[in-house]
Amino acid sequence: MAETDSTSPAPAVQVLAADGTVAPTASAEPYLEYLDRLTSEDHEQFYRDMVLARAFDAEAANLQRQGQLALWPPCHGQEGAQVGSGRAARAQDHIFPSYREHAVGLVRGVDLLGIIEVMRGTTHSGWDVSDPSNGNFRPYTLVIGAQALHAAGYAMGVSFDGATATGDPDTDQAVMVYFGDGATSQGDVNEAMIFAASYQTPQVFFLQNNHWAISVPVTTQSRTPLFQRGAGFGIPSVQVDGNDVLASYAVTAKHLDDARAGGGPQLIEALTYRIGAHTTSDDPTKYRTQELTDSWIARDPIVRFQAFLRNQGASDAFFQGVSTDAQDYAADVRRRTHAIADPEIGLMFDGVYSDEHPLMIEQKQWLEQYEAALDGSAS
Amino acid sequence: MTVSIDKTLQTMPMAKALNAGLRQAMAADPKVLLMGEDIGKLGGVFRITEGLQAEFGENRVLDTPLAESGIIGTAVGLAMRGYRPVCEIQFDGFIYPGFNQITSQLAKLTNRSEGSLQMPVVIRVPYGGHIGAVEHHQESPEAYFAHTAGLRSVSPSTPNDAYWMIQEAIASNDPVMFFEPKSRYWPKGDVDLSGSAAPLHASRVVRQGTDATLVAHGAMVTVLLQAAELAAADGISLEVVDLRSLSPIDYEPLLESVRKTGRLIVAQEASGNVSVGSEIAATVAERAFFSLEAPVLRVSGFDVPFPPAKLEKLFLPDADRVLEAVDRALAY
Repeated sequence: MAETDSTSPAPAVQVLAADGTVAPTASAEPYLEYLDRLTSEDHEQFYRDMVLARAFDAEAANLQRQGQLALWPPCHGQEGAQVGSGRAARAQDHIFPSYREHAVGLVRGVDLLGIIEVMRGTTHSGWDVSDPSNGNFRPYTLVIGAQALHAAGYAMGVSFDGATATGDPDTDQAVMVYFGDGATSQGDVNEAMIFAASYQTPQVFFLQNNHWAISVPVTTQSRTPLFQRGAGFGIPSVQVDGNDVLASYAVTAKHLDDARAGGGPQLIEALTYRIGAHTTSDDPTKYRTQELTDSWIARDPIVRFQAFLRNQGASDAFFQGVSTDAQDYAADVRRRTHAIADPEIGLMFDGVYSDEHPLMIEQKQWLEQYEAALDGSAS
Repeated sequence: MTVSIDKTLQTMPMAKALNAGLRQAMAADPKVLLMGEDIGKLGGVFRITEGLQAEFGENRVLDTPLAESGIIGTAVGLAMRGYRPVCEIQFDGFIYPGFNQITSQLAKLTNRSEGSLQMPVVIRVPYGGHIGAVEHHQESPEAYFAHTAGLRSVSPSTPNDAYWMIQEAIASNDPVMFFEPKSRYWPKGDVDLSGSAAPLHASRVVRQGTDATLVAHGAMVTVLLQAAELAAADGISLEVVDLRSLSPIDYEPLLESVRKTGRLIVAQEASGNVSVGSEIAATVAERAFFSLEAPVLRVSGFDVPFPPAKLEKLFLPDADRVLEAVDRALAY
């Protein structure tokens, strides 16, 4: 039985049933060839990614509770959608996240301590997008939906450069932008789909429907399943079970390849659930029931994939090894968080403009002298 | 264009000078592209981009969908990709749908990325009154953008400055708000095609005088020059400074002038409350206090929405309003 959203008349693409058995829906048929290419090592990597992301996320939330971070937006529950889609992107692709895509950052090679630094308040971005080792993973964008236009513009540039649709999927570039169900109400997301359709950009709109825009349910945002909006823009659209990492992978891989082959923009709605709070400042008990959350915990992407791997013959030693690695990873994040230094004065002034600017020089110099004078009077 | 003995000195209106400047920039750098509503086949509602799509193609001059946030937001993405987009906002009062992308994204991305992302985007904004148009078509919104860190804001007042400043704005690695005084699009002036450009952010004394200093940007510079001419007939010598750049502001020529004249009148079409003129008045009071013989006075649009066109002559400061302020300053 396929997972379906309560507002959806059609079954979402699904490969793994909730108990981890392989039971593709009919709608999954066009995507199955992408799963045939995966090895057992790939499967184990997906599992490892999800478990590490969850351990990182839990550790970060704890660090916030202990006063080390100003805020934490948890990704708990969305690891299947994020790892599946993130692993589907090719090395030459460009990723525009919102601010909850920790697992995508992980699989693109970003040191997630950068996200910790953002939430601690020592930087606004935390990783250098111009460094190729960061997998073309752009800075987080906190204004909802704004990054959708940046992705559309970037993809226009990819087209103008002739860096896509040459027929070679190993080099043709595509762009993927992440946003949530709440963002679909923003003008920028809608304008991005219009520009993408107008210029037939090589990009995937990856919509994680986690069912909640802080406290407002998706049913308030839309009277139709969100993926159906794509048709109005002339954008091929599909709904996938985002808690099925294999389905998320296959659907994203195919639509990225369709986009890079000249097929224009694509929209994927991944049905998932925000198990945790919107951020650590939120209180979900005020607007949703534990029964509803429990029903989604029963569809946990990691538990489901663990069952799949066991059916495939993965050993206890494998699971134990991943668990130990995740604990070590979280401990390392904790240790390194405590070692993060506060930024220097220069961080405030040096990157505001690319070219020299008289106010930046004047005000930085003034503040440095002022601070030095205070230090002098204190000693 | 009139025949000129020196072929590099041509007489043309600002609209043509901007067109020529854009053509130069596009020819010099294939990464420069133009985006906006109706700028391709039509050449823009003011015809500033006329002929450029035919010359450079549809991938260099984009007739975009009708969405200002979309134009600015995709320009941000194109800049990330290495392009140098020049966006046209059709009218001053239509810029607000793009305000979030300008202030939260375009202005902040270089800072957010600690300098690793450059944002060489120019946003051309035809602005200001004197054209008798309907609501949203005569506004002067420059203070919003001059206030915003991460942006640069400039406004040419002559065809020569327009020709050179648009090329300098495009060459800037930072986002530049380029405010075009639309009432000055059509009067002709000399453009020295062989000349070298003054720095983009330099202010400039455009008329020498000794009794008081007048400062403005854009179309108001012409009003100040008219006022200075009228005052001269009465034996009053007024110095006029063309600000040219609203962010950053080049204060030194202005301060030097105030140290000489002891009096300053700031004029602007924009409403005066929390305006560029307010900032100039405060800064001059801080830096030239002991040179001032009178308070710095502001002559501005009133603090009301731009009125229906039949009232614009009462809303917009003219030479008489400027001279009234001069009289008050001289009375101290």
